[in-house]
Amino acid sequence: MEQGVVLTMRQIGKTFPGVIALENVDFTLRKGEIHALMGENGAGKSTLIKVLTGVEEFETGEIKMYGRDGAIINKSPQEAQKNGISTVYQEVNLCPNLSVAENLFIGREPRRAKMIDWKKMNQKSKELLASLDIEIDVTKALENYSIAIQQMIAIARAVDMSAKVLILDEPTSSLDDSEVEKLFALMKKLKKDGVGIIFVTHFLEQVYAICDHITVLRNGRLVGEYAVEHLPRVQLVAKMMGKDFDDLAAIKKVGEQNNEEKEIIIEAKQLGRVGSIKPFNIQIHKGEVIGLSGLLGSGRSELARCIYGADKSDSGELLVKGEKLLVGAPIHAMQNGMAYLPENRKEEGIIADLSVRENIMIALQAKRGMLKLISKKEQEQFTDKYIDLLQIKTADRETPIKQLSGGNQQKVILARWLLTDPDFLILDEPTRGIDIGTKTEIQKLVLELAKKGMAVMFISSEIEEMIRTCSKMAVLRDGCKVGELKEEELSQDSIMKAIAGGVKNE
Amino acid sequence: MNKIKKITSYELFLPIMCFILVLLINVIKTPTFFEVSIKNGVFYGYIIDVINRASELVILAVGMTLVVASSGGTDISVGAVMSVAAALCCYILAGGQQTINAYQNPYVLGILLALVVGVVCGCFNGFLVAKMKIQPMVATLILFTAGRGIAQLITKGQITYIRVENYKLLGANIPGIPLPTTIFVVVIVVLITNIVLKKTALGLYIQSVGINAKASRLVGLKSSRIIFLTYVFCGLCAGIAGLMASSRIYSADANNIGLNMELDAILAVALGGNSLSGGKFTLLGSVIGAYTIQALTTTLYAMSVSADQLPVYKAIVVVIIVSLQSKEFKKIVRGLKDKKADGRKEEQVA
Ligand SMILES: Nc1ncnc2c1ncn2[C@@H]1O[C@H](COP(=O)(O)OP(=O)(O)OP(=O)(O)O)[C@@H](O)[C@H]1O
Ligand SMILES: [Mg+2]
Repeated sequence: MEQGVVLTMRQIGKTFPGVIALENVDFTLRKGEIHALMGENGAGKSTLIKVLTGVEEFETGEIKMYGRDGAIINKSPQEAQKNGISTVYQEVNLCPNLSVAENLFIGREPRRAKMIDWKKMNQKSKELLASLDIEIDVTKALENYSIAIQQMIAIARAVDMSAKVLILDEPTSSLDDSEVEKLFALMKKLKKDGVGIIFVTHFLEQVYAICDHITVLRNGRLVGEYAVEHLPRVQLVAKMMGKDFDDLAAIKKVGEQNNEEKEIIIEAKQLGRVGSIKPFNIQIHKGEVIGLSGLLGSGRSELARCIYGADKSDSGELLVKGEKLLVGAPIHAMQNGMAYLPENRKEEGIIADLSVRENIMIALQAKRGMLKLISKKEQEQFTDKYIDLLQIKTADRETPIKQLSGGNQQKVILARWLLTDPDFLILDEPTRGIDIGTKTEIQKLVLELAKKGMAVMFISSEIEEMIRTCSKMAVLRDGCKVGELKEEELSQDSIMKAIAGGVKNE
Repeated sequence: MNKIKKITSYELFLPIMCFILVLLINVIKTPTFFEVSIKNGVFYGYIIDVINRASELVILAVGMTLVVASSGGTDISVGAVMSVAAALCCYILAGGQQTINAYQNPYVLGILLALVVGVVCGCFNGFLVAKMKIQPMVATLILFTAGRGIAQLITKGQITYIRVENYKLLGANIPGIPLPTTIFVVVIVVLITNIVLKKTALGLYIQSVGINAKASRLVGLKSSRIIFLTYVFCGLCAGIAGLMASSRIYSADANNIGLNMELDAILAVALGGNSLSGGKFTLLGSVIGAYTIQALTTTLYAMSVSADQLPVYKAIVVVIIVSLQSKEFKKIVRGLKDKKADGRKEEQVA
């Protein structure tokens, strides 16, 4: 094996019924490098990682690792682990009902006289997370924490297993800038120690910030491997999409600034929920895109959930088009024209075993009522329309959604809500895991919908994206809404400042 | 090759194969198995017998399928609920006496109240599971143990006999009709259930809730109400089955009606290729599963296995059938095939 190479994959092939996920893909990882694996949604990135780590079997090709004669085949993630490959998969696959500490040390618990040494485990967990600046109660169940924290915990666990190869499949998809920085610091340190890191992301800036090499996949085929300095951003995008595309071209906001004079669709008066979001006031007008920004755990998602009734509010009142609404369950919110795309796709979004068609139709069906079954023909028409509109990559409309790539699952959930034609659409991290081409499409779509009069609430960890789409922004801190920024005040700087503190109060 | 793949990946492929396998054994053991004769205008024969005897099980399996699908748990009280329904019906018809030769109350009233009590039991289970969030096994354990006690209370610890000819009709033949009445009841129950599931969105809702209750709630489904409904329906099915069982012996025998039926019902669901952890389901699969179990029981009797040993043999066969359908087994088979293929390749290379 070549000097300094830790891992080679040659001519890897893998098919699923109806899809060629990988075809003759080569991949080389060197010691102490950070190697970006790039491609559109459904390009085969996660599949390449899964065949490498034994989650899926590959059909052709061979994998070699430094220090081992002959080809290796990992039959399971555990085996891959033993061979020195540690992985954070795209979907956090920890156990929600176990404690944070248990999740960190499952399968390798510190023991004393054969019994698990709980005290030591909790202590070690605390230290491990402290090295990432996370201070939480490690004895609490994982499900109490946001998806971002869960992602950090998954990363901490993988990093702690001191491997030769570390794989991170979209680890930053729900992290905000400060967490990303912490992660990068950690990656740089590992890099210095000689660990080879495979890094999958849809954030181009991150690639240029930290990676050494880029391997690009398209439609399951290898496009090429490049040194970062030899592949400028525009070219990278072109390689991924197979055509020229300028993702940075400013999306034109249709700047009718008089939203304030339009009809108020949603108004919250001292709405709140003990323990998640302190009572807040908010007014959302027709045609407005309101962004929610704040640090992790600042209550962005909680505010949205409170309005939609995903979590029941326990104080204040909610007015929809001027009329008081008692939201007992999400269905009431839906019937009053709301829609909510949740942040946690796996736990709260997809209905895994149901088909793409059923996943798209279910919200509209629930809204219409059980007895009014939407005809099969109509269902197929709707589904095909959205598969086409959002470019959902699926073998068939009857394919179970769990077989789609992460980004394509996200598009299906988006389609589900667009189909209900809401007046007020809440999008919590709608572009999470979505490739740049489609991301731009979705941003355009949001603006278009707003232009047609839909009110949209947009939550994203990417400030850039919010500036592009939002016409005003609410700032949250520590579970409390602390202020609002008007369109003309929206800039990277002002938002950062507001998030960190020192914004005018209401 | 492709065609074969298509057929074998059909969800009902294995359940049907198992059914055929059991029937084959039947034919080998009893060559007259499929023979049907007519005596006094009524069909007789092994196969008719199997279909007739399986009726209660089929109806229980239908209810159980939905419970499993929506809640990922099983209702183990159905056997006991059968006996409660039977006891109440007989009690009403006998007007509290022990043996009667003429109805003390209208027949329809007895039937209706028996069905109502089935529904009430279902409501109780559904309340515990859907509203109180108690694990299905534990929640239904209450009626599993208490049910027969309640039935005993109703019948005052005696076996109540209804010696009226037309009480037997449900479990036998209506004069002039060559097939047993139970078959018609089964057809009606299965058909109606299937139509409701297919013509309304209920089938979709049940699956959705069973797969991901949290996500289902956020898309506007009332998860707990749907789970509740499936338990109520399961209770109703148990009520119907109880009436049939009682009619066969024209009495209410609280100790024996529906005894161990819950286990067979759960098995039928599993044999039908349904996952016991909930979600996607096929009603037809469960129905096939139920008939498979009954055919198996008949086979074992034909092989002169005694009633007390029956469960042992049944268990063995069931273990085989269930493991045939398991994913792990399929993986192993695929592994063997691959090895063979590899071997062949190597030979060629050499
Ligand atoms: N278990 C599966 N069964 C069938 N098809 C699958 C399965 N897993 C993945 N696929 C298909 O393989 C292709 C590649 O998927 P993969 O998850 O590798 O994409 P990806 O590059 O990771 O995309 P994303 O950026 O959206 O995460 C997709 O078309 C997907 O539908
Ligand atoms: Mg992926």
